[in-house]
Amino acid sequence: MAVEKTNNHVLHFLRSAELLKQGAEARVYRGEFLGKPTVVKERFPKLYRHPTLDEKLTHRRTVQEVRSILRCRKAGISVPVVYFVDYTSHCIFLEDIVGSVTVRDYINSAHTSEAKNLEVVARKIGEILAKMHDEDLVHGDLTTSNMLMKRGPGCGEADLLLIDFGLSYISALPEDKGVDLYVLEKAFLSTHPNTEALFETLLKSYSASSKKSQTVIKKLDEVRLRGRKRSMVG
Amino acid sequence: MTVVIGFEGSANKIGVGIVRDGVVLSNPRRTYITPPGQGFLPSETAKHHRGVILTVLKEALQQAGLKPADIDCVAYTKGPGMGAPLVTTALVARTVSQLWGKPLLGVNHCIGHIEMGRLVTRANNPTVLVIALQDIREERLDRARVRICDKLSRKNLVKLRAKIREISPCFCKPFKTIIVPINYHQNGRHSSGGKLPRTGSNPARVIKISNDPSPGYNIEQMAKRGKQYVELPYTVKGMDVSFSGILSYIEEAAHKMLGSRQCTAEDLCFSLQETLFAMLVEITERAMAHCNSQEVLIVGGVGCNLRLQEMMGTMCKERGARLFATDESFCIDNGAMIAQAGWEMFRAGHVTELPDSWITQRFRTDEVEVTWRD
Repeated sequence: MAVEKTNNHVLHFLRSAELLKQGAEARVYRGEFLGKPTVVKERFPKLYRHPTLDEKLTHRRTVQEVRSILRCRKAGISVPVVYFVDYTSHCIFLEDIVGSVTVRDYINSAHTSEAKNLEVVARKIGEILAKMHDEDLVHGDLTTSNMLMKRGPGCGEADLLLIDFGLSYISALPEDKGVDLYVLEKAFLSTHPNTEALFETLLKSYSASSKKSQTVIKKLDEVRLRGRKRSMVG
Repeated sequence: MTVVIGFEGSANKIGVGIVRDGVVLSNPRRTYITPPGQGFLPSETAKHHRGVILTVLKEALQQAGLKPADIDCVAYTKGPGMGAPLVTTALVARTVSQLWGKPLLGVNHCIGHIEMGRLVTRANNPTVLVIALQDIREERLDRARVRICDKLSRKNLVKLRAKIREISPCFCKPFKTIIVPINYHQNGRHSSGGKLPRTGSNPARVIKISNDPSPGYNIEQMAKRGKQYVELPYTVKGMDVSFSGILSYIEEAAHKMLGSRQCTAEDLCFSLQETLFAMLVEITERAMAHCNSQEVLIVGGVGCNLRLQEMMGTMCKERGARLFATDESFCIDNGAMIAQAGWEMFRAGHVTELPDSWITQRFRTDEVEVTWRD
């Protein structure tokens, strides 16, 4: 009964909220929750897959996302605050980062004259990822769309936040962290043409900030080699 | 009018197809079928191809009602694929090209699938899910990434704007090839790589499924009778999938479960399909969300699996996107797809000189400079 009630409330809330977009996994709504600007991430049932599988995946990812966000917050990594979670409709109520843009949009809209700013962003990304990996948290789906830039009050320094932890998991293996960076590298370079140098900056800052970066970067190089096609010799 | 004849023989199919300006005039093929539980060996496959290729060529010309003089260009599969069958096919293509005095053209197998898919479905700018044996063997080390081929275009800014958004390779032509030496996410264990499917075990072989007409088809039929859903490992990382967990799971658990009658082979096939396809559909959806794409094209052998098409269709419907799927006459390796890709390339001025008419087992899709699209 209680479950049904929350569920109804959630559905009611979603109906009054504004649909922001439909991502690959979830629908994202914007609304107000207890007087606060809120973003709701609803992992709706995927009809294409077997109900058992769907329920399991959706549940696991919702749980994982919330856990990882909490872990990040405990470690002092900027992520949106979780206001409320409903495990029956698989909705996560998150803080709406007002006035934020995705790093992807930020880079795309930046002019060449702002190269300095981009470098600052790249360095920040490196730092935040280093911090996250030092907590043994692997994001699993790093792209520039999964990072938000928030302008500070006035013209203060911008803050960087990580989002979308649905595929994240805990691992201390350099291999997993290396692959995490590799996934980002691919997404980064294919979304933003000619940014090899920028990504290099990002990695440098990562290496400088992380205590365990050496093995991770070594793994990254290994993964890259594995990823590259070997020409037909032998 | 441009008439192109295409020779395909990168795996266990040998096909010759003739295409005239977007019309497939003929497309005969033969398949080398091995006993249940066995894969095809390169040398034996090549032997099979050698035995039938001239007959298939004759058929192709007869069905098209053409003489060699009517042909403008001879296209053949340059790679990726199995060495010996590729050599056989290329040899015949080279020979007829010289006999007939027609230009020769080496074509990338995957581009063949994509171009054929575009021709049949008239999809313009789709997200492409390439599911085929060669692709996975070829690209096993660099799997399932989304290549946004705008990246291709950067190489050749002027002409080249291939807008293929391709997710490749995922999992392969009928299940016979869940060859999973692929997983670069895992340490050591599965990184052996390079083995032909013969040595790699796979579910079809574990469950001993017939290779006639193809293991994938038979798995599909068995899956229809499966009821119980057995949980299998599900690994999606970003736009990447991993099948190695499933493979080892099936290897280890299948015998036990089958032996103790906890589930039937049909149940396993059913669960396998449900799990694998869910992963494929999910990464496709991720790619679409990432690229803002509203069209999906499935090509490659498994593309004709109706359950995959159904699942992909449902996903597309939920997003308001469109699905294009080709039927089996074009999904499965065939000569016409090589002819079609060859037709596009030939019209764009590509020709392969005789000294360059070699084959290669590894030939990645994104190595091809796509100059025939604007």
